[in-house]
Amino acid sequence: MAIKQQEIEKLLKEGFPDAEIEIQDLAGDDNHFSAKIRSSAFKGKNRVQQHQMVYNSLKGKMGNELHALALTTEEK
Amino acid sequence: MNTQEKIKNIISSNDVVLFMKGTPDMPQCGFSMAVANVLKHLEVKFSGINVLEDEEIRNGIKVFSDWPTIPQLYIQGEFVGGCDIVKEMFEKKELQTLFDSKKINYKK
Repeated sequence: MAIKQQEIEKLLKEGFPDAEIEIQDLAGDDNHFSAKIRSSAFKGKNRVQQHQMVYNSLKGKMGNELHALALTTEEK
Repeated sequence: MNTQEKIKNIISSNDVVLFMKGTPDMPQCGFSMAVANVLKHLEVKFSGINVLEDEEIRNGIKVFSDWPTIPQLYIQGEFVGGCDIVKEMFEKKELQTLFDSKKINYKK
């Protein structure tokens, strides 16, 4: 199972409309990505909560279609 | 004992617990290996739980932590994070500060 970069980007943009998002396909296999997300939505949340918010925006794909997403989250 | 109780039991009876794929000596996944290596580098005594040996724990820990991936690090019953968070905390020395505050021994 695999997922396209555009699909991840779309879901993240829906979840974090104000965010600056950088996504990289690390291995070119639609399976290992990295994402850097800067959003005001992360304000006052700890890292675990921030990453949970990102995973929620991916609607259950994380750990399934999406095997690896190296995450960096930052407050904007 | 159901799975959630089993998990509670594991994280309350060990100071540092890593739910991982494979064992600390033979990790079966690069992300699990990365976290195990951080802990080994700091010479922290930790308990590695191989989720590949127990399908109930493998699924149960994801529900328990509300976290979709393995590895998962627990320190004194508190969920610290997965691979990205642990690596970032190590690089920023926040992990070391956390061990200090919990009075857990590591190599300084």
